[in-house]
Amino acid sequence: MTTLTVNHISVDISAKKIVNNVSFTVSTGDWLCVIGPNGAGKSTLLRAIAGIIPSSGDLLIDQADLRNMSHRDRACWIAYVAQEPVMPRGMTVFDYVMLGRTAHLRLLASESPQDFEITHYVIAELGLSEFINRDVATLSGGERQRVAIARALAQASPIVLLDEPTTALDIGYQQDVLELIDRLRHEKKIAVISTMHDLTVSGLYPDTLMLLNHGEMAVHGNAKTVLTVERIAQTYGAAVRILDDPRGPIVVPERKTL
Amino acid sequence: MSQTVSARHTTPGMWLVGALTVLGTVIAGVCIGAVHIAPIDALAVIANHIPGVHCATSASASDSAIIWDLRFPRIVLALLVGAMLATSGCSYQGTFRNPLADPYLLGVSAGAGLGATTCIVLTSNHNVHWLLPLAAFIGAMLAVALTYSLGRSALVGRSATSLVLAGVAVASMLTAIQTLIQQRNSDKIREVYGWILGRLSTSGWTDVELVAPYIVICIAVLFQYRRVLDVFAVGDEEALTMGLPVARARAAIIIAASLGTAAAVSVTGLIGFVGIIVPHSLRLLMGNSYRRLLPQTAIFGGVFLVCADIVARTALAPQEIPIGVVTALIGAPFFLLVLGSSRHGDLT
Repeated sequence: MTTLTVNHISVDISAKKIVNNVSFTVSTGDWLCVIGPNGAGKSTLLRAIAGIIPSSGDLLIDQADLRNMSHRDRACWIAYVAQEPVMPRGMTVFDYVMLGRTAHLRLLASESPQDFEITHYVIAELGLSEFINRDVATLSGGERQRVAIARALAQASPIVLLDEPTTALDIGYQQDVLELIDRLRHEKKIAVISTMHDLTVSGLYPDTLMLLNHGEMAVHGNAKTVLTVERIAQTYGAAVRILDDPRGPIVVPERKTL
Repeated sequence: MSQTVSARHTTPGMWLVGALTVLGTVIAGVCIGAVHIAPIDALAVIANHIPGVHCATSASASDSAIIWDLRFPRIVLALLVGAMLATSGCSYQGTFRNPLADPYLLGVSAGAGLGATTCIVLTSNHNVHWLLPLAAFIGAMLAVALTYSLGRSALVGRSATSLVLAGVAVASMLTAIQTLIQQRNSDKIREVYGWILGRLSTSGWTDVELVAPYIVICIAVLFQYRRVLDVFAVGDEEALTMGLPVARARAAIIIAASLGTAAAVSVTGLIGFVGIIVPHSLRLLMGNSYRRLLPQTAIFGGVFLVCADIVARTALAPQEIPIGVVTALIGAPFFLLVLGSSRHGDLT
């Protein structure tokens, strides 16, 4: 089992604290979902953990310090899928997924037969075989998301960061992607940290929710503790009702005026 | 699987086509000119310079001299310089994710121009022509170094855009200085323009020997980065999270591409367009994978420049058109033709 420990992490951008003193741990098999209103610092937190932007505080993988690692070593532990992954025109799905093997190759090396094998395996696993020679730039939103997740899986890192994996998708595609992530984290023993907009859905799949507000952690726990009428009113300024369902709380928006 | 592999790599068939095209262009380049030479003589004379080979030939001594001392070195120089400019342009386009990037993006041309102009003005009364390539080379490398250090410090993270913008600023400044020097030494303008418009020299093998080591090494280094250039396609941030040391890889590519370009420019002057149209024409024909694109770009960059040189030598014979003028004049319509008939259609 691998555990990512995030201790007192803060991000300053132009002297403004975007993420302030956030701490948590996730282990392989867990799914932590970061929620919060626009500008709460959800994406920034993920980007800081991925090493794209500088941050302060501790980032430990088991006992090892991520900050002392090269980009390549870090990528072997943590994979990241951006909110809108760049899909380079003229690149096939196979080539794109194979990019995930970069972390396992020396800078100027070429892929080994094993890298080809892993790429084929991941593509088959995610039901992308029929797209294998398609230009990634021509894929639909749902297909892009799956291809990007395939790339992260080919990277074979125990921690996967997903920034808004379902935002651009219709409800059916949303479910497909979320079911896929849920299956993979159990089967492949992956720790997933995602951000998400839809509160009801975020209570349905992930084990743990973390509510960010103005860069600070407001509350951290299971869906029942985090998704309450008062909390949502405070942080989102929204009027909602919560319906209790055995599978998780259902957040129903109310009209603010009648 | 074989299908996906062949889509990424250069197939033996493509190598064969490339080799035959190079051979054909070289023969054409040697044979076409004021003195007509039979292809068989051209091949025989060239082959006779390979140790241990002896071919019977009907070529006279003067024909042999034209082939070996005048035309062939010029063609080899065109192959080298064309390959270098096209490979540099292609590598810059990859690492900056910018289809308009050319080998002169970071100020190589302006730096070389300033170096050459200064040299021409200062040394005109002395017989030190060997100094010109050196001055151009130093100017080019200083310009790139200036661009890189400015672009690096301008923004955290050495973003690609800040480098390109620094390149624009450095190029404008150096061009302004060059214009000032030129304006104050108007008697030298002709000579300066002769250099700026580009020319393949006829000084035998000297220039080839001068630039070949740089160009061969720089192209070899850039070839090593073919896979990395494909990783750059997803953008700096995602490439970083996939484990690519973005800044280091980009620096290596920039150094190799700039060094090679500076070497090329130092002997031939500024030959425009090769670094843009050759890679883009090939992109339109064979897609964007740099593993496939880069070797073909080098081959056809060389071929393109040899062809342009044939036109430059013969179109207005006995006068010669500056090769930079020819590359733009035949390059632009050719590129539009490929663009119009392409099935990929879109470059970005």
